[in-house]
Amino acid sequence: MSNSGYVPNLPNKPLWLLAELTYACPLQCAYCSNPLEFAKYKNELSTDDWKRVLREARKMGAAQLGFSGGEPLVRQDLEELIAEARQLGFYTNLITSGLGMDEKRIKAFKDAGLDHIQVSFQAASEELNNLIAGTDAFRHKLEMARLVKKYGYEMVLCFVLHRQSIDQIRDVLELCVRLDADYVELATTQYYGWAYHNREHLLPTREQLQRAEPVAHEFQERLKGKMRIFYVVPDYYEVRPKACMNGWGAVFLTIAPDGTALPCHAARQLPGMELPNVRQHSVEWIWNQSPDFNRFRGFEWMKEPCRSCPEKEKDFGGCRCQAYMLTGDAANADPVCDKSPHHHVITDAIDRAARIAAGKESAAKPILFRNPRNSRALLDVGTTKPEASLPA
Amino acid sequence: MAEAKEIKPSGKVYGADSVPQVVPGKRLQWEEAQNCWVILYPEGMIKLNSSSAEIMKRIDGTRSVAEIISDLKRAYPGVELDNDVYAFVEIAHEQQWIRPKPAQ
Ligand code: SF4
Ligand code: SF4
Repeated sequence: MSNSGYVPNLPNKPLWLLAELTYACPLQCAYCSNPLEFAKYKNELSTDDWKRVLREARKMGAAQLGFSGGEPLVRQDLEELIAEARQLGFYTNLITSGLGMDEKRIKAFKDAGLDHIQVSFQAASEELNNLIAGTDAFRHKLEMARLVKKYGYEMVLCFVLHRQSIDQIRDVLELCVRLDADYVELATTQYYGWAYHNREHLLPTREQLQRAEPVAHEFQERLKGKMRIFYVVPDYYEVRPKACMNGWGAVFLTIAPDGTALPCHAARQLPGMELPNVRQHSVEWIWNQSPDFNRFRGFEWMKEPCRSCPEKEKDFGGCRCQAYMLTGDAANADPVCDKSPHHHVITDAIDRAARIAAGKESAAKPILFRNPRNSRALLDVGTTKPEASLPA
Repeated sequence: MAEAKEIKPSGKVYGADSVPQVVPGKRLQWEEAQNCWVILYPEGMIKLNSSSAEIMKRIDGTRSVAEIISDLKRAYPGVELDNDVYAFVEIAHEQQWIRPKPAQ
């Protein structure tokens, strides 16, 4: 060991700030990755709190800002926050379902300096959309997609694929062509929060993926130079995990509606988190000093097989939340990795999905739509029964 | 200005009279925390070296390539930079940072 003095390895800058403005949402997507217990967090940050968070994060080098939720349009101060963020020099992204948007608001966002809008869709066909989203939202969203373009934004559409929507991939892409979209993200469901609860209903089968992939590639080829299409295989069907968040506490900073600062939006569920809040701490302290953000930084925390793995700098051992949910220990390898001794939990889930899809077995729990009533019922199991069927 | 460029553009889109503009949705700005000029775009950031930044700063949708070159020559007298600028705009075009403004 040299004794030239210890140079503290200062963390990178929090380049990406995700501002989850609210958990309120008019939709009830079964694949939502918000926490199941979202109904518990009522104490939303005020406009001034958010402005301070924006200032502090920007000062630390944050350049990208995502407004999401819930549905960020529910916040009536969204225009004001966009204007503040833009004036601070953020590149401002709005991630929305389009519900609650109208032409007046798009224009106000444009005037406030919003840089980018992404509209997410539940599925291409109206029936399925309504089934999956639980409400009648579709026509309105088509209209919003067109308005986005009218106001000079790229039309960026996001479709979440899962067992009940992936077979419609061709319809989805045809719809995008008709709308003249610029960029289409065929997102795979991420199994956190509600999506994890509903996984037996949502995980696509291997056959579905084998059918969908060539369709995605066909459109990518056909629309080269006109429409960019992003398609990835769900991580459950991979043998290496995703480099989740580009590493814990490396570039991403999420602020939840109640001011809790998280290294990723699902991290609240991990045991032993102290969950620092921007009401009590500066963004600077949270990012550089807080135990939560340092917990899985670097490689010291790793267990085998990650610790001695030559690939650890590539994927950082995958996702801490997935490791926790599926193996019971957040410091384990993400079981998506086939070097993980727990990899079978992934292959078991895939096999089970196939049997359920084939009607040979049935899911243990009915599909649960993401709404406050179901959230409260889960918080207080026994008193109220979760509303499991389609809301009237 | 940089001398030889490592990346060679594959096509030729811009002539002396072409007026390049920054593609909508992309933004050039000085980034204090990075101590350099950057191009921001949805979900990302490209850091520019100083010579690329000097060219990008002059791409405003009103100046032609020839005007950008003469402006740079005023700022850096005696530097031979025509080829650098022509090469840069082609690369920036391929990267979809800029596009030619359609003739009015
Ligand atoms: S996934 Fe659906 S329910 Fe969840 S926040 Fe987004 S739009 Fe709302
Ligand atoms: S063992 Fe760990 S570090 Fe190695 S590839 Fe798998 S998840 Fe990544």
